[in-house]
Amino acid sequence: MQIKENSKEYDVIIVGSGAGGGMATKVLSEAGLSVAVVEAGPYYDPANPEQMTQLKPAFHSPRRGAGTTRPFGDYDQAYGGWDIDGEPYSQNDDTDFRWFRSRMLGGRTNHWGRISLRFGPNDFKKKSIDGLGEDWPIGYDDIKPYYDKVDKLIGVFGTKENIYNEPDGFFLPPPKPRLHELFYVNGARKSNVKVMPSRLSILTKRLNNDRGICFYCNGCARSCNVYADFSSGSCLIFPAQKSGGQIDLYVNSMVRTVTTNEEGKATGVSFLDKEENKEYKLKGKVVVLAASACSSARILLNSKSKQHPNGLGNNSDLVGRYLHDSTGGDMMAFIPKLIDRKTYNEDGVGGMHVYSPWWLDNKNLDFARGYHIEVWGGLGAPSYGTGFNVNSFNKFFGINKAGGYGNSLRDDMKKYYGSTIGLSGRGESIAQKTNYCEIDPNKVDKYGVPILRFNYKWTDNEIKQAKHMQDTFEEIIHNMGAIPLWEKPGKDANYGLTKPGQIIHEVGTTRMGSNSKDSVVNEFEQLHDVSNVFVVDGGPFVSQADKNPTWTILALAWRTSDYIVDQFKKQNF
Amino acid sequence: MNRRDSIKTITFASIGAGLLLQGCYGISREKVKRSLTRYEYGRTPEEKLYDDKLFAEKFFTNYELFTFDKLCNLILPPSEFGSIKDAEVVQLIEFMAKDIPSYQEPLREGLLWIDTESKKRFDNLFVDCEVSQQKEILDEIAFYDPNKSIDDYSKPVQWFNLVRNLTMTGYFTSEVGIKELGYKGNSPNIWDGVPQDVLDQYGLEYDKDWLDKFIDQSKRNDVAEWDEEGNLIT
Repeated sequence: MQIKENSKEYDVIIVGSGAGGGMATKVLSEAGLSVAVVEAGPYYDPANPEQMTQLKPAFHSPRRGAGTTRPFGDYDQAYGGWDIDGEPYSQNDDTDFRWFRSRMLGGRTNHWGRISLRFGPNDFKKKSIDGLGEDWPIGYDDIKPYYDKVDKLIGVFGTKENIYNEPDGFFLPPPKPRLHELFYVNGARKSNVKVMPSRLSILTKRLNNDRGICFYCNGCARSCNVYADFSSGSCLIFPAQKSGGQIDLYVNSMVRTVTTNEEGKATGVSFLDKEENKEYKLKGKVVVLAASACSSARILLNSKSKQHPNGLGNNSDLVGRYLHDSTGGDMMAFIPKLIDRKTYNEDGVGGMHVYSPWWLDNKNLDFARGYHIEVWGGLGAPSYGTGFNVNSFNKFFGINKAGGYGNSLRDDMKKYYGSTIGLSGRGESIAQKTNYCEIDPNKVDKYGVPILRFNYKWTDNEIKQAKHMQDTFEEIIHNMGAIPLWEKPGKDANYGLTKPGQIIHEVGTTRMGSNSKDSVVNEFEQLHDVSNVFVVDGGPFVSQADKNPTWTILALAWRTSDYIVDQFKKQNF
Repeated sequence: MNRRDSIKTITFASIGAGLLLQGCYGISREKVKRSLTRYEYGRTPEEKLYDDKLFAEKFFTNYELFTFDKLCNLILPPSEFGSIKDAEVVQLIEFMAKDIPSYQEPLREGLLWIDTESKKRFDNLFVDCEVSQQKEILDEIAFYDPNKSIDDYSKPVQWFNLVRNLTMTGYFTSEVGIKELGYKGNSPNIWDGVPQDVLDQYGLEYDKDWLDKFIDQSKRNDVAEWDEEGNLIT
């Protein structure tokens, strides 16, 4: 159902259809509320053969899967990327923030890594532990029941490990590690780095009769046509429609502002129909923003009125502030033992089968907060770039000659295929008031909507953490009998620390707190200033932990939705 | 095929890729149509428009493409698995030059260089030289020291490296190339760990502690149920 104009008043208008928006759609519609979902991109269903890229071999793409039109390759299911035509963002001074946007039903849940980690008890109370940043107004016990429900509803594989800050859940059994992952296990253990089966929201076992089971094609970034991985469409929005929810889906509809009345309450949203290039208004008793941390902040800041001259919900002047992304660092290595290896189908699930949670105590380190280690490599599917510099690994055997031509290149290709491994650290940064997005006073996008301008600087904590990643990776790689492919980046390169935004875990722009002076939303993700507006994306995160944010976005969105239903019952809207 | 012929084909730019296939390889028009529509896969309307635009344009002249065909075949001669033609490597080079425009200038300059070189040495276009003469030229630009940056080498060496990269990736991402490489995935299957003979080869084994935790693939179809403690009971 795709409606262009509607005079009816919805109970709830949900802006965005990713993890947070999808969960709100499911819970609110199943409670009997009438819901409008307003999505900036087109309709998307992973099972639609016309949109499907899963199981396509490289040669079905004229560019053999190259990343020219989609940054993670032709088959990646994210419509958008770091740069979208006509929708720029700007940077202040020497900021180099990268803003990834995916405009489609389900948003970034269609292509993400499915790493589904709960925050632990410590992750909500970091200020009490190290004095930095801020504590959340809620703790693990408040959110645990929702993590449990999310596990059972969506499905996640993993193992019970009884580690205090890596809480266990209701897990499906994990798949066995691949060959290069066994090399990693051995290398990491020599350095006393804990390794355990990873926790990904992919169905290794039947969860219910509406979704299929993983058939190990490694294609989760392409979104699964049998719904064996989590995406917001397949696991939340479609089931909600199926169970008879009153859901109107507005696609290609970009929300500009939340509209308000004389009393300053929200009355709905105004949005631009991108196909007709016309503006429409929708009326709703409650507005739930789930457009992604930065997009939701942008909508709030652009929603200026007599009653809200500083933007909606921005009496604290904090909307857009405390923006923070995960830290990142990577190292890739060649495993000489793996030359001329036997080939077999090693695809597995679309992600690593083992990983390392943070294993150290920061008291003994010169930086705050930790990181987890992800592993990649092996006999991957050939795509554009495969075979580049085919025999440059000759140098590892003391052969100072590479290149050439002729049939010997075939042998080189097979010799080195599947002999590399990569390690990636993904860590916690500390939210800073001075890292923020704001409205650029001088620029608008092609729809005439004022754009965001970013201000972001890493601190010493993140830079030293990145150095620790590189040193750790080097040691583990050495333990494996492998050789790094490039020299460790030094101080001048921030030890390989990724640009802010690059890990695509940006959160914090509408942070949660019990005091309206130093936070934007309360523990139910409700604006302190406007009681009928909620934010259920990564915006309310006070701190992000060394874990991927999605599972926590889902759990919080469910908790908030329960609260909204309760408030409706009490006739508070 | 000569340069003048290739100028004529530019006026038929809208079916440029088709002409290339027909002209160079004598593939029927019907087959060309099929091969162009084969790229029907999860594209957004905007992406389709962009790809159609690239297909409609023609960057290299047929003579240039013919030269690439010779070069690619020297880089990877046909084997029992397949050939440059089977792998559609030259079409890929044409497409990528339009998709990544920064390739255009170096790729074209290199072609000019190699003809200049072969005329100087053998008084002939590169494509018309004897194979031994062609190899004589390649021998001087085909090798480099992998400890050094390719950027420190002369332009012809950098160019040949780019052509080799495109040839290798074109071949080994094709149907025949993937088969030759031995990649066996991208198809429905059941992963149940590294084959035992491979584990043995590397002296590895799965942890005894871990073995009970992994998915028992014979129970994958049983609907998951847990006790209150989160222990799986199915």
